Amino acid sequence: MSERLTPEQVELRDAVRELARDRIAPRAAEIDERGEFPRDVVELLARHDVFALGYPTEYGGLGEPLLTNCLMIEEVSRVCATSGLILAVQALGSLPLLLAGSDEQKRRWIPGLASGELLDAFALTEAGAGSDPAGIRTRAVRDDGGWRIDGTKRFISHGSVADLVAVFAVTDPDAGRHRDLSCFYVERGMPGFEVSRLEHKMGIRGSPTAELVFDGVRVPDANRVGAVGDGFRIAMRTLDRSRPGVAAQAVGIAQGATDAAVAYAKERVQFGKPIGEQQMVQAMLADMATRTEAARQLLYEACDRIERGDRDGSRWAAMCKLFAGDTAMAVTTDAVQVLGGYGYITEYPVERMMRDAKITQLYEGTQQIQRLVIARALLSAQ
Amino acid sequence: MRIVVLLKAVPVVGNEKLVDGWRVDRSAGLEANGNDEYVLEAGLKLIEQHGGELVTLTMCPTPAMEAIRKALAMGAARAVHVQDPALAGSDTLATGLVLSAALRKLEYDLVFAGADTSDGQGGIVGAAVASRLGLPYLSYAARIEPDPGAGTVRVRRISATGYDVIEAPMPAFVAGTQLLGEPRYPSLRGIMQARQKEIASWTLADVGVEPSSVGSAASQTEVDSATPPPPRGGATVVREAPEVAAERIVEFLASRRLV
Repeated sequence: MSERLTPEQVELRDAVRELARDRIAPRAAEIDERGEFPRDVVELLARHDVFALGYPTEYGGLGEPLLTNCLMIEEVSRVCATSGLILAVQALGSLPLLLAGSDEQKRRWIPGLASGELLDAFALTEAGAGSDPAGIRTRAVRDDGGWRIDGTKRFISHGSVADLVAVFAVTDPDAGRHRDLSCFYVERGMPGFEVSRLEHKMGIRGSPTAELVFDGVRVPDANRVGAVGDGFRIAMRTLDRSRPGVAAQAVGIAQGATDAAVAYAKERVQFGKPIGEQQMVQAMLADMATRTEAARQLLYEACDRIERGDRDGSRWAAMCKLFAGDTAMAVTTDAVQVLGGYGYITEYPVERMMRDAKITQLYEGTQQIQRLVIARALLSAQ
Repeated sequence: MRIVVLLKAVPVVGNEKLVDGWRVDRSAGLEANGNDEYVLEAGLKLIEQHGGELVTLTMCPTPAMEAIRKALAMGAARAVHVQDPALAGSDTLATGLVLSAALRKLEYDLVFAGADTSDGQGGIVGAAVASRLGLPYLSYAARIEPDPGAGTVRVRRISATGYDVIEAPMPAFVAGTQLLGEPRYPSLRGIMQARQKEIASWTLADVGVEPSSVGSAASQTEVDSATPPPPRGGATVVREAPEVAAERIVEFLASRRLV
């Protein structure tokens, strides 16, 4: 498995594995129970340059490829999905800037994002525009050399804690499908930008999911990223690179659940022997490990292809997210089964992992949307 | 301020194995000795405070590389690794001879070592090095405060009744304890930079030590026999979160009418 990874990637992964095991794992249950955004974890990840990993070196990053970043998300999610999501959202929110921003815009924001001083978010979804961004109602109109943004975004991960939010708004309602959106970075504290509610969620409970209101927010044109009308394309290219992050979170959750189930099966004694010696339990553990490894390999392959600029990158991104999300759901459900009654109560981590796994089948495109992307790519291929 | 930290690579604690009936297996899977990481941390903090350079010095077979690279990732500027086939089987006397010979080729104000190592647990190599080099030896340090202006170092030393505060002129040798404070985790930037840092590999010829004065043939001590401790049976391992674990332990003790 590690042949795909360079010795340096293995070293970086192992360092974050140790950090996650020693410093984040002991906090995971509490983060979930209290539903509080773990600022201490943000600080920990920042101090150890984990945020910096994927950003270009010229802007204060460490210039590592997508795969290295996904290894970090995987390792952190293995012990705490909320904490793993911190890395995934930071990468997601900066992608429009990295893909379409000017050198000046990158100099302005990336050093802060790479050091973890700034947090970002990605605001595409609205109450009436989830899988179908054509339903976006948020408007940006030219105003005194800049823009005025009005509208409401919903289900925005880190929306309430971000310093910088990539907001997709309609700039030309008549431009036709896929040409009507533009992307703006709205900064925390800009008048008219408010958090109107935080959602109560089934899983990733420490990660704040916010509804954001933009009430006549004046945004300078310098905060517009990419050309006017290029928003949809930027959003889609962003998702092609961010979906592996969700897949990495899912693989991490699945691995964490497998770890917990194996440890329990060795210790739990019934009928005079550890339940791990029962063939029916063994079969479940074997399937959990196999599925998790298959998802991991698909993820690593997708990362390599996307990094190389494979023309079929969207399909690979969708395939790894689809398979890993379904794997996380199946494996965590089985982990609860292996632990029996103990798996269903909060004393053990697997019920949390099962709740956390569900979101990986929903966000950054539902599994149905992933299948749509995959099928369209297959059918349009020459 | 120039600090040299003696860093030993040891088998992972709990995974030690014997080969040839008595020798500790150091052929693979080594990590930095725990106590050495504590003095390394103290040294890195002093460099951050006073400026200067921290160099690690290791005498160990090749598998020590991982331990050395971790020290570089934590912040050491460069590393010196003394290795030579003739060193196999060296006792503490020979180790002291080789390390002091290597130190003669390095510039330093302070030399740090952990109070002892998890594999050998002799705790005497540091003292041997200090006496060969004629350095003041400050042991069991819980705090190290150099005063570069005055050219002195002050150490809080654990004693039977509390702390002794002792002072010595620099250069000096300090053997530290875990009271110095927990070592840092290497940052990812540190790990990446470590790959560019120099690891000088020195042989016995480089440090000017005759092969005949080291190794098992020159050893002044002989191990008659060594046996691993008998396995402890019937251990109950509690791995839950602290509050749950506490309940489990109380239940366990209560079931035996011990509480």
